[in-house]
Amino acid sequence: MPGGLKGTQGPKSPGRPGISRGRPLALATTAAVCALVATVAAPAGPERPARTARDRVTTVAAEAPAAPVTCTDPEASLRPGDAADGPAVRRIKSRGRLIAGVDQDSFRWGYRNPSTGELSGFDIDLTRAIAKDILGDADKVTFLAIPTSQRIPALEKGKVDLIARTMSITCDRIRQVAFSTAYFVAGQQILAPRGSSVTAFDDSLTGKKVCAAKGATAESKLRDQPHGARLVTVPNQLDCLVRLQLGQVDAVLTDNALGAGLAAQDPSVELVGKPFTTDPYGVAMNLRDVDLVRRVNKVLDDYRGGGDNSPWMRAYTKWLAADLKGITAPPVPKYRD
Amino acid sequence: MSYPQPAGGTAPPPPTPDPPTGRREAVDRLRAVATTEPGRLRAIGALLALLLVAFGAVTAWQVADRASAADAVVGRSQPLSADAADAYRSLADADTTAASGFLAGSRESPAVRQRYEKDIALASGLLVKAAANAEDSDTARRQISRLNELLPRYTGLVESARANNRQGLPLGGAYLRTAGDLMRDDLLPAARELYEAETGRLGSDYADAKSWPWAALGLGLAALGALGWAQRRTYLRTNRVFNHGMLAATATAVVVLLWLVVGHALARSDLEGSSTEGARSLQVLTEARIGSLQARGDENLTLVARGAVLTENKDDAYEASYRDGMRKLVGEGGAAAAPGTLLARARDLADDSEGRDAVDAAVRGVREWQARHAEARAADDSGDYDRALPKVIGEKGSTGESFDRVDEQLRRALTHEQADFRAAADDGRGALAGLAAGAVVLAVLGAAGAVLGIGRRLSEYR
Repeated sequence: MPGGLKGTQGPKSPGRPGISRGRPLALATTAAVCALVATVAAPAGPERPARTARDRVTTVAAEAPAAPVTCTDPEASLRPGDAADGPAVRRIKSRGRLIAGVDQDSFRWGYRNPSTGELSGFDIDLTRAIAKDILGDADKVTFLAIPTSQRIPALEKGKVDLIARTMSITCDRIRQVAFSTAYFVAGQQILAPRGSSVTAFDDSLTGKKVCAAKGATAESKLRDQPHGARLVTVPNQLDCLVRLQLGQVDAVLTDNALGAGLAAQDPSVELVGKPFTTDPYGVAMNLRDVDLVRRVNKVLDDYRGGGDNSPWMRAYTKWLAADLKGITAPPVPKYRD
Repeated sequence: MSYPQPAGGTAPPPPTPDPPTGRREAVDRLRAVATTEPGRLRAIGALLALLLVAFGAVTAWQVADRASAADAVVGRSQPLSADAADAYRSLADADTTAASGFLAGSRESPAVRQRYEKDIALASGLLVKAAANAEDSDTARRQISRLNELLPRYTGLVESARANNRQGLPLGGAYLRTAGDLMRDDLLPAARELYEAETGRLGSDYADAKSWPWAALGLGLAALGALGWAQRRTYLRTNRVFNHGMLAATATAVVVLLWLVVGHALARSDLEGSSTEGARSLQVLTEARIGSLQARGDENLTLVARGAVLTENKDDAYEASYRDGMRKLVGEGGAAAAPGTLLARARDLADDSEGRDAVDAAVRGVREWQARHAEARAADDSGDYDRALPKVIGEKGSTGESFDRVDEQLRRALTHEQADFRAAADDGRGALAGLAAGAVVLAVLGAAGAVLGIGRRLSEYR
């Protein structure tokens, strides 16, 4: 579950990516992480330098014995390449199926319709596009519904080739798994009933009860800046919509990607104001599967390409546009090599 | 009687004034009673008659009291306790059934839907019945009104869950979890308290029915003692060994006393048996049945919540709760239930092979359920929800099938213990039958005997 997803991750990267937390320990850790990513990446492309100019050297990290790099752009991934299949892509091809870990409870992203048993959503479409590119058939995917807590273990144990499950790219995670380039950028936003006096994450919240999933970014944001609101926490952001419908809270603070999924289930609520954080989503893969990361990034390049008629824009229009307005183009990919 | 001399007093005490004539006559009569033999005999006769009548009356009263407490056990407090257990169980069953139906989605079978509706109807019907009998219990009244307030809220949430689920919205699952939380955090604890209050009343009725009638026993011994003394006195004064009237009075007093002691002891032992073999067994089996229902509900909700609710240790909260429930029900390891668990206790309390067989079959069912549950969890954890779902709610080879088996065996054990309980309590009531009336009749006869016997002696002075 996406709400639970937030609950299981460590401290998140602050508001804008690219701004480091500035705590020596965090810097040292992330420095080691990025160094690890870089060393793992290195054998795949010997012609590429292990580190690039994007990796910034800081004075604090310089004291660390490992390569002094900071995690400033966790969403910077490896450049696309499909010239020759690497071991991971060959493994998928010889199996004849892509095994993808997805969510089955996140409306508009990865959701299993109880009456049909079918999975559908933005993440599901993206996974099918990857299967089509590698195997030539969008249906050659085995979807496994991986619970939030099992996402990283499932990749590490090789149970799945990739995870496409509204998973945000964070400095903490990139030392455990490899991410594709960002395929969506979400942000914290307020969800309120239409016509409510709550209009954004601002002082219009004064005296209101605001719901957030326990352990989610939204909870810590509300604790930092309550804007006079009273915080109500529930296990999961879906529970927030239940509370909103039962009149027990006045608004919900959530990731707007998931908020769009909530709004899609109740026409009387909408996302209001502007998102005030940026949270890039990526396809997660095993750190060893460097060739697969490059291949997925190539698929994403194709997916994003084509302007208003790109597969990305079509998927956005199909799943999200009604409730998450104002997005005109896919996120621009960042690379670290 | 001696009067202490006034210290150093030389003056005589002031003469007492003469009592008025009426009082003087009464004093003379009393003096005659105390000093003349016929007077003494009359007093003894009156005392014996009084003691015997009092013995009869107090016996009748105390026995009637115990008989009515035994009646209350059989006719009121046990049925009320059983009703409260039924209400408790049907609420837990409704919750479990709602989750099963939810998981089946649009393929929910009419039988599942009917079972849920029957559970809710049964629970509300039993609450009305319990309310009518709750005048003398504050706790019961409070819990009943709480349940009445919460039940419509619960059903409302379940219907919202169903409606959203039918539209294919994940919101339905969140509503179902909210309903489930309301059930386990508020409704079931209230139902449990009601059950405990009713069971407490059962216990106090038992205690009333079993308490020894000390007053009657004491009076009986006093009457016998007085009769013995009076007869000895007659023997010493007349050298006649037998006074027929007093002998008859003694015989009736002995009969009533023996009847009282034996009858009450029998009733007590039957009631004791009914309380240990029946009532305690019923309580443990009821707990076990609720426990298995909750474990089943947790198992269903694990699939509904799909990892949405986690414990502190990041484990699935519903799976953790299922494990906890199973630990209380049968414990870890081997084929048999671990000592101290609910089913092990139920087996210890079962007094015959039929009761034990049912519990053993339930334990076997739980072990099978656990094995199937492990398969279902393995499938779900590896992401294969499609394979996990039929292992939980399927017709054959599913955990649901095992659960139904367990529930059926526990129901069988409960029915059996209920019959046991009823038989023992009826025997207990039977042991006191006729004692109250018999005691009165015999005591009156005894008193008549004593009066006649004394009258016989008295006639010798005319």
